[in-house]
Amino acid sequence: MPSPRPDPLANSGRRVYRQETVKVEARVASIPDRIGDGPAPMPSIYRHRLPTRLWHWFNAVVVIVMLMSGLMIFNAHPRLYWGRYGANLDHAWLEIGSTPTQGILRIGPVTVPTTGVLGRWTDRRGNISTRAFPGWATIPTDYSLSAARRWHLAFAWLLVLPGIAYWLWSLASRHVQRDLAPRRAELAPRHIWHDVKQHARLRFPTGEAARDYNVLQKLSYLGVLFGLLPLLVLTGMAMSPMLNATWPWLLDLFGGRQSARSLHFIAMAGMAAFIAVHVLMVLLAGPLNEMRSMITGRYRLPAPRHGEEA
Amino acid sequence: MISRRALVGFGASAGGLLLSGCDRLTASPSFREALQGGEALSMRAQRLLTDRGALAPEFDAAQRSPVFRANGTRRPASADYAAHAANGFADWRLRVDGLVARPLRVSMAQIGTMPARTQITRHDCVEGWSAIGQWTGVPLKLLLDQAGVRPAARYIVFHCADDYGPVRYYESIDLVDAFHPQTILAWGLNGRRLPVENGAPLRLRVERMLGYKHAKYVERVEAVASLAAIGGGQGGYWEDSNDYEWYAGI
Repeated sequence: MPSPRPDPLANSGRRVYRQETVKVEARVASIPDRIGDGPAPMPSIYRHRLPTRLWHWFNAVVVIVMLMSGLMIFNAHPRLYWGRYGANLDHAWLEIGSTPTQGILRIGPVTVPTTGVLGRWTDRRGNISTRAFPGWATIPTDYSLSAARRWHLAFAWLLVLPGIAYWLWSLASRHVQRDLAPRRAELAPRHIWHDVKQHARLRFPTGEAARDYNVLQKLSYLGVLFGLLPLLVLTGMAMSPMLNATWPWLLDLFGGRQSARSLHFIAMAGMAAFIAVHVLMVLLAGPLNEMRSMITGRYRLPAPRHGEEA
Repeated sequence: MISRRALVGFGASAGGLLLSGCDRLTASPSFREALQGGEALSMRAQRLLTDRGALAPEFDAAQRSPVFRANGTRRPASADYAAHAANGFADWRLRVDGLVARPLRVSMAQIGTMPARTQITRHDCVEGWSAIGQWTGVPLKLLLDQAGVRPAARYIVFHCADDYGPVRYYESIDLVDAFHPQTILAWGLNGRRLPVENGAPLRLRVERMLGYKHAKYVERVEAVASLAAIGGGQGGYWEDSNDYEWYAGI
């Protein structure tokens, strides 16, 4: 539960750059959201432009298809290696497997029983399966490497081409530079730590402070846009034997094909973690307001919590 | 006001719908055709970016896998093959025919006298694993040039001695890959005669493609104008039986 005690530091770090965002004011219409005697209505701002909204939803579908079809592809050989080669007789640093009675996940020397979820689970017909990832997490549901590859390698184009278009737009429109790039003051460890603590207490920015992304949002959106997504695409391309002939440096960059495959999997796990936290934050921060802002673009600044200055 | 619980419930049912929807889409022929468009696009893009002679990476002897994993057929079941294996493939004949000017029948001894290429390359199974080994064999180009591929030929089909249910294994590649300098019919692995489990006496190495293109136990090389009459028409055993991609460059 958020503490009702006013926190004098709550907005201090953000006031520093407040004047830089005045230009946003031009696009702001102060529309009262409620009529009556309630608290003063909070202004609603135009937060997400059309390309952002389109790409967000399109990419949400594409990334989920990539994730689920990728898990099925992993099921064909649920072992990961470092280096140039790696097959059953070589040492795997990660393995999802099964004993005669239970499913297991092994990472390095640590083995975790995962019966019911990984390595041993019951399929929709009630049969025990010892595949790595369960049917509810994969595309298609029943084992098919070829069908999963069809999905994965076709949707890869839908990830890459619109992704590059969005990169170009977000740089050309200065969305990245203006809305996503953290300012120097925000990158101070104290400021970041303060935001981490506020998030952990579920005390999200309100009022004027919610007008811009906070530093944790900026870093995670930048991390996905310019970190995880390109890493996923490049490690994916590094696994292509034909592209290895075209761009051998890609292999060297990642330390070999099996290292690229491991990094592809780790980046996928990072992407899945981002999605989980992102959806959780939307649910906690006010799902209707957040969803509306990503559908219509309009975002109502959250009202200050009781006892806080607006 | 919609509650969070309702929203989560909506999300979960939308997820369920997505899942069953995906399975229904996978089964739909027109959607499958659309997905196959991705393969066509990948092939075109990769061919555009890749010089037709660009070489697959080659490795040092020290970078080889300690054990080169054998996969697929470990030993063809036919009595005929067993007899050939028993006398060291001395009577094995490789046929080169189809759309060629001079059909060939060559023995392993003759192949052994032809120029050989040795290359240490990585084998990438479609399942995801890789193994690095040293292959020695005759460049396919030499055999095709000797036979004289006719201008009408577009593909090279490999007919194999191993059975997969009622059919024998077969694969095909186009002429770009058939005449590639690293495309060889290998008779040696890691300095020794090719073991039976790795495809003795001859296996295709087509280094810029996934493992299932590397046909083992090759007994006939056929030049054809079209793949329509080969097996189910998709160009290979796994392509026909399980809808794997014919273009296996990624």
